Amino acid sequence: MAEKTLHAIYDDDDKLLAAVKKIKEAKIDIEEVYTPFPVHGLDKILGLKETRLAITAFIYGCIGFSFAIWMMNHIMILDWPQNIGGKPSFSFIENMPSFVPIMFELTVFFAAHLMVITFYLRSKLWPFKEAENPIPSTTDDKFLIEIKFDGSEKEIKKLIKETDVLEIKLHSNKKNDND
Amino acid sequence: MASHYEAPIRKPLVTGGKSYHDVSVDIVNAVEGKANKQWWIVFSIALIMFLWGIGCIIYTISTGIGAWGLNKTVGWAWDITNFVWWVGIGHAGTLISAVLLLFRQKWRMAINRSAEAMTIFSVIQAGLFPIIHMGRPWLAFWTLPIPNAYGSLWVNFNSPLLWDVFAISTYLSVSLVFWWTGLLPDFAMIRDRAVKPFQKKIYSLVSFGWSGRAKDWQRFEEVSLVLAGLATPLVLSVHTIVSFDFATSVIPGWHTTIFPPYFVAGAIFSGFAMVQTLLIVMRKVSNLENYITIQHIELMNIVIMITGCIVGCAYITELFIAWYSGVEYEQYAFLNRATGPYWWAYWSMMTCNVFSPQFMWVKKLRTSIVFSFVISIVVNIGMWFERFVIIVTSLHRDYLPSSWTMFSPTVFDIGIFLGTIGFFFVLFLLYSRTFPVIAQAEVKTILKTSGDNYKKMRDKNG
Repeated sequence: MAEKTLHAIYDDDDKLLAAVKKIKEAKIDIEEVYTPFPVHGLDKILGLKETRLAITAFIYGCIGFSFAIWMMNHIMILDWPQNIGGKPSFSFIENMPSFVPIMFELTVFFAAHLMVITFYLRSKLWPFKEAENPIPSTTDDKFLIEIKFDGSEKEIKKLIKETDVLEIKLHSNKKNDND
Repeated sequence: MASHYEAPIRKPLVTGGKSYHDVSVDIVNAVEGKANKQWWIVFSIALIMFLWGIGCIIYTISTGIGAWGLNKTVGWAWDITNFVWWVGIGHAGTLISAVLLLFRQKWRMAINRSAEAMTIFSVIQAGLFPIIHMGRPWLAFWTLPIPNAYGSLWVNFNSPLLWDVFAISTYLSVSLVFWWTGLLPDFAMIRDRAVKPFQKKIYSLVSFGWSGRAKDWQRFEEVSLVLAGLATPLVLSVHTIVSFDFATSVIPGWHTTIFPPYFVAGAIFSGFAMVQTLLIVMRKVSNLENYITIQHIELMNIVIMITGCIVGCAYITELFIAWYSGVEYEQYAFLNRATGPYWWAYWSMMTCNVFSPQFMWVKKLRTSIVFSFVISIVVNIGMWFERFVIIVTSLHRDYLPSSWTMFSPTVFDIGIFLGTIGFFFVLFLLYSRTFPVIAQAEVKTILKTSGDNYKKMRDKNG
């Protein structure tokens, strides 16, 4: 664990973006950025990888679609075929038009719910989970950059002071150390 | 500022010179403040209606469906009318949050949260009717494809009624997660402001520990976009499947291929009318006039006008096709609708749904709050009549003239309907006091492009 944590607090998204750019150019690692709303372009500047949640949704949708086909084939054709209004109960493909609505619904059902569950698990969101934003106002109107580092804070502080920063807070991660 | 450019022709969507913090404060006000007298009055009325409805439901279930006005000829009436009416109302919520998101319409951000709430609450009301009509609602789970432990059969996947079960439950549950995911950052905002420990606890619980990390936001936006992409065909499919309940039958007046698009347009039409009704009141009561502006009301009126025209076009197409088909049963069904004993229902529907939205062509009228409110109520009434006309007038004179009859609702039909209206408003009023009624995190993202103070600043400085 790094010795010290620095919190640079901004009151504007444009100031934050400019600051992140500057810090990145100086090759200082940014641990985390907390914002009250999605700041466009922030993920690009931070160099975050693109999320693959949309791909998972596609895979989940395929699972839902296959499940619907398996389920209706099993129920309507294999397990208990019945003559319902003369519809072909002996052949899945001939009875298939009746199954299209539910094939569609289950595709959406699986894709939507499993993607959201994946999102919640990946981002560690669930009931009784404690919030981890360092100051409460980052959900209101403040933007916070968190930097973890070892050694002297002088240079980092100097760099951050050059940006349009509102407040800088320094925390020591060592115990029994009075900051 | 240059990156926040928006064409000057676009009107501001947030007025009153708001800053990010102002947005939080304005939206949290309704939650942190005390309810006023009007709220308690409306809530009490809604609660009484709800309790009355529960009484009627208990009577109906303990006595049997005979408590309703149904008879041998008209086997479906108010129950399914109310069901389709409520499902239809639900559609605007998903339309606003999903379709308008895909079209990048910024004005949806002020209204999507409440519209989605309305969707969920009205789909709950809709779901009640088929379950009550089962007569033995505790056996409602028989509609699920569970193994035949009861010794008989599986469910019938050829039946549009079963398609409905899947469509409505998928719709309700997907709308719910869509709504809740969008709520997380807003609940987190209330949580981080809360001073009362109980309030803090509740909002911590419901915000799922949202912290607003850059990666979370990236995922959040992706999830919203994909959910919108899934919800758009979903919302169209749901009302399509509801229309299949009728269209796949062989009843003259129901057996038409125009039903799916016609029902979807009608659903959007009635849903927007209900959003209009609710938001015109809410912007006033919760002091949100700077977020839900006249501009928003006008845009919603335009949607109402256009969907009203689509619905009108469908009514006329139906008449034409009935005549053109050369099928005398089909021709009679439509002649009977317009000129038979239920002519008053037909012409109420025509007046409310086709003629009344035409006033919205006039700019002065569509920007008038009072007028918009009146029209929104008229449209809601009209859309209820539409479903009544489709259902009852097609059934009451069937192929055998000796069984021709009329339908009249009993006090229990009426009571359950009023009860669902009460239940809906109980839920909505509680929501308006405890939830962030505007997606504040999203409004903050458009503040610099569409806030009036930023727009003025750009006009001055270029």
